[in-house]
Amino acid sequence: MLHFILRRLLLLIPVIVGLTIIMFAIARLLPGDPVALAAGPNATQAEIAALAVEYGLDKPIWVQYGTYVSGLVHGDLGTSLLTRRPVAADIKAYLPATLELVFAAMFIAVVVGIPLGLVTAVWRNRWPDYLAQVGAIGAISMPRFFLGLLLQLCFAMWLMWLPLGGRLPIVVIPPRFVTGFLTIDSLIAGNWNAFFMSLRHLALPAIAMSLSPLATIMRMMRASTIEVMQQDYVMTARALGLPSRKIITKYVARNAVSATLTVIGLYFGWLLGGTVLVETVFDWPGLGLYATKAIVSQDMMPVIGVALVIGLLFVFANLVIDLLYGVINPKVRYS
Amino acid sequence: MTVPLLSIRDLHLRMSSFDGRAHVLNGINLTVNRGEIWGLVGESGCGKSLTGLSVSRLQPTPPAHYTAGEILLDGQDLLKLSPAQMQRLRGNRIGMIFQDPTTNLNPAFRIGEQLVDVALAAAQHDPAVMDCPPNASRHARRQAARKLAGEMLARVGIPNALARLDDYPHQFSGGMRQRVLIAMALIGRPDLLIADEPTTALDVSVQAQILELIKNSVKDFDMGVVLITHNLGVVAQTCSHVAVMYAGNIVESGPVAAVIGNPVHPYTRALMSAIPTRETKRGALRGLAGSVPNLIVPPPGCRFAPRCQFALPACVAAMPASVPVGDSHAVACIRATEMEALVDD
Repeated sequence: MLHFILRRLLLLIPVIVGLTIIMFAIARLLPGDPVALAAGPNATQAEIAALAVEYGLDKPIWVQYGTYVSGLVHGDLGTSLLTRRPVAADIKAYLPATLELVFAAMFIAVVVGIPLGLVTAVWRNRWPDYLAQVGAIGAISMPRFFLGLLLQLCFAMWLMWLPLGGRLPIVVIPPRFVTGFLTIDSLIAGNWNAFFMSLRHLALPAIAMSLSPLATIMRMMRASTIEVMQQDYVMTARALGLPSRKIITKYVARNAVSATLTVIGLYFGWLLGGTVLVETVFDWPGLGLYATKAIVSQDMMPVIGVALVIGLLFVFANLVIDLLYGVINPKVRYS
Repeated sequence: MTVPLLSIRDLHLRMSSFDGRAHVLNGINLTVNRGEIWGLVGESGCGKSLTGLSVSRLQPTPPAHYTAGEILLDGQDLLKLSPAQMQRLRGNRIGMIFQDPTTNLNPAFRIGEQLVDVALAAAQHDPAVMDCPPNASRHARRQAARKLAGEMLARVGIPNALARLDDYPHQFSGGMRQRVLIAMALIGRPDLLIADEPTTALDVSVQAQILELIKNSVKDFDMGVVLITHNLGVVAQTCSHVAVMYAGNIVESGPVAAVIGNPVHPYTRALMSAIPTRETKRGALRGLAGSVPNLIVPPPGCRFAPRCQFALPACVAAMPASVPVGDSHAVACIRATEMEALVDD
């Protein structure tokens, strides 16, 4: 077990090396002068040159790469040209907001998608199934930002049940920073008001993000449930008098979930890298917004930093999924 | 006269397919009493497994469709029961064992848990299954079911049974898995056990052990058994009675000694002559010419007539009725009485 985890963690090294090389190469290939952009429209040539020297951007690219990698070993992700702050500090400030959003979205997707997949498999080719399949196609094909706008229009503008955007109202004092997840931090602080406020703010963006993974998880779960229901051991369970409800919710569900796990892991990474539009629509101060601003101003250090962090999280998410396989399927655990 | 444990009377089953409706069971009659082991033999597709699945009503309808007949368990017609009533009988009155022990246990659960769930389901309808009152706490009931599961495992010959309850199916060998499945089928104390090719996937030495186990269980639990197989050797070794099936009909049935010692129906004779013995010379083994008939458009009259060397014009006129040729030995052939003379010629 430990051996397995260590081996998977060693895999992170080629991921980091590959990501940094690719990102540095892209930074070089992009047209335009990031230093001039950062120095501002009225800067003189001398000022621009001074800024380049300050950030080490006058040196050849491989020297820059070397400096970056040696910094990385100490947890230094470089400095942003735009905010003039260390990238690591920026990411620490923005990452929790994105993670909170992604976790909330995946939570909704899994908690709703898996039972819905089971139910539609049992009722396949009857009207609840057809309804869910049509809904799923709609959810998968609708762009997330558009869905976000619709949700805002409906629940924030017309019904006025939920706030339009942001993580907390201005009048609510945020809880002390522990995890960076406002919901968890306010619980730790025992601040119920802040907890409910942050949940209310989280609801719409999380729903907007959750619908396409939800639909995919539901369809995967439906397909694998149908497959599992045709297995011999399900026939045996029926032949020996187990109630159908127990067969489905206990025996079939566990076998079917393991096929769905892969999709859950992939979606987690996909959502992490794809929060930009939802964050923009809901004014959510997360990593996506941060990375977009950096890309627009050709501020490469934050872009590389964000890509690295998302890459690492993706690898971790899939490691967790692989470990979960072992929990669900004992055969994987022992071999 | 006492009511027999299982009595199948004139069972007709039609199966819908893309090509049309096949008459797969064409008037099955079978009576099984407690203490009897009935072998149901025949080649693939003759309807022997379907007969077994029909008794526990596990054949989905549609595509299957029962057009006539009844299946009486202690006098109660199973074909008239609701799915919920039927579910109560399964595991509790009717136990089943299937062919492939590697695929019939759920790979994701410990075998103890699977046994416990079957025991609890059976105890819900028959509290006598385990010594724990039905109104006891959930924990106490699971505890009792687990104790019972350990006892059953030990009974079917699994060494170190209590510890092995916490193992997963893949930690058992094929023969051991079939023992676990037998324990699972017997844990609800069924009166009737249907074993569908229980030894086909096992090697011969393990096969003998499993058959011995089934034989002993019949004595211990006072059950009746329907053993479905295509292997006459298994029948001779294990069964008290045998019914030979061909294309949806039982062509010959009776005590094993009578049917195997003195086969009458031409199909049974052909089956017997296809088994090599020590005296069989190289190249002398005779197969049966022709192949199984198309059941969507079955041949008229006796379904075996097109392959039968003794067939007469009268054979294709009507289905032959079952006629007694000895003590509870019956044959569905119009030439049954003259068969001995015919073969000697």
